[in-house]
Amino acid sequence: MSDASTGQVSMSDVSKTFTLKVDGQIQIVPALKSVNFDVKQAEIVTLIGPSGCGKTTALRILMGLETASRGKVTVGGKQVNGCGYDRGLVFQHAELLPWLTAAQNVMFGLEMKGMRGAELRDTALRYLDLVGLKDAANRRPYQLSGGMKQRVGIARALAIDPEVLLMDEPFGALDAQTRETLQGELLDIQARTKKTIIFVTHDLDEAVLLADRIIVMRAGSIQETIQVPLQRPRGNLGALRGTAEFAEARYKVWKALHGAEAVH
Amino acid sequence: MSKIETISAPTGNDDAPKLKREMPKWAITTMSVSVVILAWEFFGRDVNPIFGSYPTAISVAFWKLLVSGQLLAALTQSLKAFVVGYGLSVLIGVPLGLLIGRSRFLEAAIGVFITGAYAMPLVALVPLLVLWMGLGFAVKACVVFLMAVFPIVINTWLGVRAVPKTLIEVGKSFVASDFTILRRIVLPATIPYIMAGIKLAVGRGVVAMVIAEFFTAISGLGAIIINAANAFDTARMFVPVIVLMVLATMLNSFVGWIERKVAPWQVELSGRDEG
Ligand SMILES: Nc1ncnc2c1ncn2[C@@H]1O[C@H](COP(=O)(O)OP(=O)(O)O)[C@@H](O)[C@H]1O
Ligand SMILES: [Mg+2]
Repeated sequence: MSDASTGQVSMSDVSKTFTLKVDGQIQIVPALKSVNFDVKQAEIVTLIGPSGCGKTTALRILMGLETASRGKVTVGGKQVNGCGYDRGLVFQHAELLPWLTAAQNVMFGLEMKGMRGAELRDTALRYLDLVGLKDAANRRPYQLSGGMKQRVGIARALAIDPEVLLMDEPFGALDAQTRETLQGELLDIQARTKKTIIFVTHDLDEAVLLADRIIVMRAGSIQETIQVPLQRPRGNLGALRGTAEFAEARYKVWKALHGAEAVH
Repeated sequence: MSKIETISAPTGNDDAPKLKREMPKWAITTMSVSVVILAWEFFGRDVNPIFGSYPTAISVAFWKLLVSGQLLAALTQSLKAFVVGYGLSVLIGVPLGLLIGRSRFLEAAIGVFITGAYAMPLVALVPLLVLWMGLGFAVKACVVFLMAVFPIVINTWLGVRAVPKTLIEVGKSFVASDFTILRRIVLPATIPYIMAGIKLAVGRGVVAMVIAEFFTAISGLGAIIINAANAFDTARMFVPVIVLMVLATMLNSFVGWIERKVAPWQVELSGRDEG
């Protein structure tokens, strides 16, 4: 369905300004300034940039939780107008419903999509299995570790079978080891499901390990787009970190992030 | 009551489960109540029986009222009005609070009446209500309702405002309708506030019931209080007062018990020990 020219996800000339009142004074905050990018089917793109540069805003506009002030946003060739089942959002802090078990949290999205009956629980369990959490299906969020919560969040978003997975620093609050495990698992899941993934992070290594392409943002605009020359499947991520290609890509992103002033 | 069980301890390096040896809460409460009753008995005996009373004298009066059948008859009359008024305040107050909390329009249009009515000096209005509705059951139930409903609405409303925006966005991201978000996300997230309002309303409802009975003065526990006070029978006057306090405390625990049944996750989240 996605035509080759615009890609599966596309933002063209998108700007977003927030108007807020601070001490009775109206302030206009430009969060995005004329942003353009396309993401191809089954591609993984990471958005990286310092805090406040507009990553979350871009993702929320793609999700339909926020509307662009200007510009055109399409997913699968259709103009984005509110949320839809063609997109699944993984929140920064999982945001599981605390009164539901892991399985019920996954079922919640499926129910909203209209699924009923025995199929509901079966599907939820299948996706919990996919993220390695079948045994914790009946636990409530307070009985899960941070990494497990985030796995449930991923299962919940994947279960509705969206074409695009939008992830907002989903591993940002996890310890390094858990984060690396989940990065590997995410790549495995993507290899199996062929989802298009847009992944926000502020972690350089993570951006390079996961991405086919990295979009470096700065103060609401795209600073640079960097192609990652590592092949897929990525294999052992630990070993990958030692390669020259990884170091080179990482340095490119670092330079883009730190801008011209850091180089000389 | 509930014990926190750790299923397959993830750390695995703690030697043995450590049981805290603490005095159970009910034992502490029993002791503090006993101390107060004993002190009251000890000092209360020295007071002129018109100005005060003490536990044994009140127990005798209680027994007399009980065997004469007066106490149970009055209690039934009072409770009927209370149950209807209080029940209606929960049934109407919770949905109303949910709606006001979720709707900018309703909040602006009727929120101001709710906060105003919460502070309304209801005692002043009871004679007027009596004029409208007579001296019977209806006016009592109505006064109870008016006293109990506003704390429930206000607490529910505040609770809705405190629901994290991100939880609502979980609903939105799965294209849930406003009504589904209200029922499946806002309502469960608001339960602790709702329960606090419902508990607050118990005390206010009991006070309202007695006030209504003072004015109508011909039935219920309020009538026993008024008649005993007029006869300077202070011990007898204390009987309904204490019965009501005990009932309100029991009702409060009952609401707490319901809360733990419908929202067990809440106890775990706040880490309160309800034993
Ligand atoms: N709801 C909002 N109201 C006002 N300003 C906002 C809002 N959301 C984001 N912003 C502003 O927009 C800018 C970009 O924010 P955000 O997209 O969250 O950045 P990032 O995710 O890259 O840290 C920031 O300056 C932030 O203060
Ligand atoms: Mg952000």
